[in-house]
Amino acid sequence: MSPPSTTDVLVVGAGPAGIAAATAAAEHGRKVIVLDDNRKPGGQIWRDSSVIASPARSASGSRKQRAIDRLQRSGATLLSGHTVFSASASGQLETLRELATGSFAERFRFEQLILATGARERFLPFPGWTLPGVFGVGGLQALVRAGYSVAGKRIIVAGTGPLLLAVAAHLSHDGANVVAVIEQAALSSLIPFAASLWRQPSKLLQGAQYRASLSSASYRTAAWVAEAIPATDGRSLSAVRITDGKRTWTEPCDLLACGYHLVPNTELAELIGCTLQRGFVQVDEQQRTSVPNVFCAGEPTGIAGLEAALLQGEIAGRACAGVATASLRSRANKEQAFARGLARAFALRPELRQLPQPGTIVCRCEDVAFANLQHPSGWADIKLQTRCGMGPCQARVCGPAVEFLLGSKPSSVRQPLYPVPLHALTATTEHAPEPFKVEPESIHKVEETA
Amino acid sequence: MKPLDVLIVGAGIVGSSVARECALLGWRVGVVTGGTLAGSSTVAGMGHVVVMDDSPAQLALTAYSQSVWRELVPQLPKVTEYEQCGTIWVAADHDEMAEVQARHEVYARGGLETRVLSASDLAAAEPNLRSGLAGGLLVPADGVIYQPAAAAYFLHQAQQHGAEIFPLRATAAAHGVLRLADGTSLAAPRIVLAVGAECELLPAMQIQRRKGHLVISDRYPGFLRHQLVELGYLKSAHKVAEDSVAFNIQPRQTGQLLIGSSRQYGNSDSEIETAIMQRMIDRALDYMPGLRNVSILRAWTGSRAATPDKLPLIGPAKGLADDDTLWLAAGFEGLGITNAPGAARLLVNAMVGRASAIDATPYLPARLNAGAAVAYA
Amino acid sequence: MPEMLSLRINGATVRVANGTSVSAAMLIAGQPTRISVTGEPRGPVCGMGICFECRAIVNGMPHQRTCQLLCEEGMTVETNR
Repeated sequence: MSPPSTTDVLVVGAGPAGIAAATAAAEHGRKVIVLDDNRKPGGQIWRDSSVIASPARSASGSRKQRAIDRLQRSGATLLSGHTVFSASASGQLETLRELATGSFAERFRFEQLILATGARERFLPFPGWTLPGVFGVGGLQALVRAGYSVAGKRIIVAGTGPLLLAVAAHLSHDGANVVAVIEQAALSSLIPFAASLWRQPSKLLQGAQYRASLSSASYRTAAWVAEAIPATDGRSLSAVRITDGKRTWTEPCDLLACGYHLVPNTELAELIGCTLQRGFVQVDEQQRTSVPNVFCAGEPTGIAGLEAALLQGEIAGRACAGVATASLRSRANKEQAFARGLARAFALRPELRQLPQPGTIVCRCEDVAFANLQHPSGWADIKLQTRCGMGPCQARVCGPAVEFLLGSKPSSVRQPLYPVPLHALTATTEHAPEPFKVEPESIHKVEETA
Repeated sequence: MKPLDVLIVGAGIVGSSVARECALLGWRVGVVTGGTLAGSSTVAGMGHVVVMDDSPAQLALTAYSQSVWRELVPQLPKVTEYEQCGTIWVAADHDEMAEVQARHEVYARGGLETRVLSASDLAAAEPNLRSGLAGGLLVPADGVIYQPAAAAYFLHQAQQHGAEIFPLRATAAAHGVLRLADGTSLAAPRIVLAVGAECELLPAMQIQRRKGHLVISDRYPGFLRHQLVELGYLKSAHKVAEDSVAFNIQPRQTGQLLIGSSRQYGNSDSEIETAIMQRMIDRALDYMPGLRNVSILRAWTGSRAATPDKLPLIGPAKGLADDDTLWLAAGFEGLGITNAPGAARLLVNAMVGRASAIDATPYLPARLNAGAAVAYA
Repeated sequence: MPEMLSLRINGATVRVANGTSVSAAMLIAGQPTRISVTGEPRGPVCGMGICFECRAIVNGMPHQRTCQLLCEEGMTVETNR
C-alpha cells in the first residue's frame, strides 16, 4: 500500500450530493478529495452512456455538466474508480482501484469526512427472479448506458417507485418495446403524492413527460410481478405472470426490469460508527452524523432524490468549511417533506411477502432458498447455518429482502466493506496480477490411504 | 415433569456434543445458552479436525476425538461439509524437514499414519505453494468441517432425545442450582460448564483469551486440496507471551479459502487489528504468492480459550470449586472443534463412572490447583 | 459511429462498440456471467457493482465484476463456474 494521501475533507461518492459537498468545501478554501467507485462522476442518477458521447441530450445532462465543471473549477480533486473498503473515524480510509493492469490499494487521511454514498435498488425475491433477463430497473438502465442494446426487445418494467416511469421512458427512447409498467402502489396512494407536487411543478412536469412518451405501454397500478417464466432453454425469459391480488395474467416479454424503490447505502457510515435511525444515517441541521468529524448527505440520510441531495451536499460542504448553512436549510427541509411523501406513496404492500415459494432463492450469492430461512435466533444464526448473506454481495441484495420478508435486521458490517484482493489487506504494495494455477483435481492429488 | 439430570451451560461445539451424549444416555438434559452461536469461539474458528502432537496427552486426545468424528461421519448431514482433505505440515527448510521426520516417528508410535513428502511431492500436491520449500508431512486422516452446522446438528440430536433449550444467560452456578439472567433458576444434580473462553462462572478455571484473526475468500475450487500449516506453527503457537502469526490455510468444501492465523494474548476485544492481520497475510503470501489476487469476502476475529498448560479442562471441577455438582468441559484453545466429540465421551463416562478409551487424568481440572495432588500421565 | 473492438467470450469472438462494459458484452453474446453454486445460469442485475451476479473470469482472473469493467481489444472472458 502506498503512503497515504492527506486532505482536509474527504468526500465519498461523486453523485449529486458528493459533487455539491466537494464543490462547496473547496470553494470555501478546504483541500478536498472526492473518491468515487464509478469510472465517471455523476452517481446513478447522472449516469451517462459510456458508449455514445451524448451532447447534453437532456436537461439533467447539462445540469450535470455544469455541476462537474464547477467541481473542477473549485480546486477539488476527483478520483474515480476508487472503491472504499475500510475506514475509521480516526481519520483513515482505504480504497481499491481496479485497472486492467491489476488492482491497487490506497490509503487516505482526512480531517473531515463527507459520506455521499447514495442508494441502491431494493430487490424482492419471487419465483424466477434469478433468471438471466431479469434485471433491476436502474440496473437495466445502467446496462443500456454501458452498451447493451434493447432495441426491439419487449420489456416489462415493474416494482415500485418514481424510477419505473423514468426508466421505461428512457428504454422506450432507446428503441425498446415497453409492453407494460407495473407499479405495486395503489393509485389511491399515488394521487396524494402527485397532488403534493404542485409546489414543485418541475417534478410534476417530468412525470407527465415520461408518461406521455410511453403512450403504447399499459400502466398498471396496484399490480405486481408474481413470477418470471423461463423459456425452454432455461436461461432466458419468456413471460411474466402479473397479479393484482385477485386476477393473474401472463404477459410475454424478453426482459423484465423489476426493482422496489431504493435502500440507502449506509454500510460505510455503520463501519465508522455513525448512529442510524430507522435505517438511515442520523444527521443534524448541518448534516453532521453522531461522529463529530463525519458528515452525511443525500440518500443515506433519507431517500429524497436529486434536489435534496444537492442541497444537503452543499450544506455538508459548507459546514466542513465553517461557513453558514442556515440559508439552505429551509429548502432542504422542504425536500425532506418530499421524501416522506415518497416513502408513503411507494410503501411496500404486504402481499409481496407472499411471493417467494419455499424453493425460491433469496440469497443469490449462496443460493439459499426461502424455506431455509426460518431460524428462531434471528439473522445472525440464519447467516451461520445457511450462509445467507455471506457471499460477495455481503447481504446488500438479500439483507433488505430478508428484513422485509422476515423482519430480521442484518447484523453489523465489517471490513472489508467490499470484497478485495488479499494484497489490499497487507502493507505490501503489489500490483502485478499473478496467474491462477488451477489444475484438474485428478492430476496431482496425493494418494490418501486412510 | 421429570427433573433434569444435567444442565449444560453453553451450546457451542463442546456444549452441543456433551448435550448429545447425555441425551443419548436417556438423561433429561437442559441446555442453557446465552444467545446465538454467532460470536462464540466455535464459529470464529477454522473447523480443522486435526491430530496435534505437541504433548503425549494432546496427541492422545486429538487422535481419540478424531476417531469419534470418523465414527460420526456417516450420520453427519451434508450441510456439515465434512471433508477428509488431510493436513500437510509444510517444511520451509532442511531444519524443518528434520522436524518432519521426527514427527513422522511420533505419529507412527501413536499408531497414526503419516507420509513424508519431498519437495517435489509437495509441489505436486499443492501447485500454488511457492517453489523452494523443503517438503512436508501429510496427515491423511485430518479433515475439515463446517462447525456451526455440526454444532447445530449435535444440539438438534440432543433435542430429538428430549433435551430442552433455555435461551438465557447463566449468571451463577453452585451446588446444583443455576441462576439465570431473568432472575429464575434451574436445578440439576450435575451442571456442566462448556463456556468456551467465558469463565465468569468459575474464575478458578484460569482461562485466558488468545485472540486470532481469519479471512475468507470467494470460491476458487481446485486452488487448494489440503489444509496447509507451516511447521513453524508449533513454535509460534507455543509462545505464551508474544503475539505470533503462522501460515495456515484451509480448503472449504465450497471452494473458499480460509486463511489464518494469528495469536495474541491479553486482548479480549473483537476489533480487527491491522498490524497483526497484515503480518498474518504477508506470511500467507510468502508461502502462497498466488493468493495475492484472491478475492477476500470477510475478515473477523475470535477468542481461543487457553489454559496455563495448554490442555483442556474435562471432568469434575473438584479442586477448583468445593462443589460436587460442577463439571467442566472448557479451555480447548484452538482444538475445540477437534476435541469436542471425544471430550464429551470422556466427560459422560466420568459422570456415570464408566471407563474411557483413553486415560482421562491429564485433562482433570484439579491439576490447575497447585495445592491438589494431581497425577499427570 | 463509435469505434469497434473485439474480444472473446466463452471462445467466440464478439465485436462491440468501444465503451461497452464486459457485462453488456456478455448480454449481447447471450452468455451467462456466472453459474451459481447450485448450477443456475446468472446474468447481471444491478448494473452498479453491488449485486456481484455479473462476476466472470476476465483474462484468467475469476470473480471480476464485469459491470464495472470496460471491454478491451483482445480481452478473454469466460463464464465464472
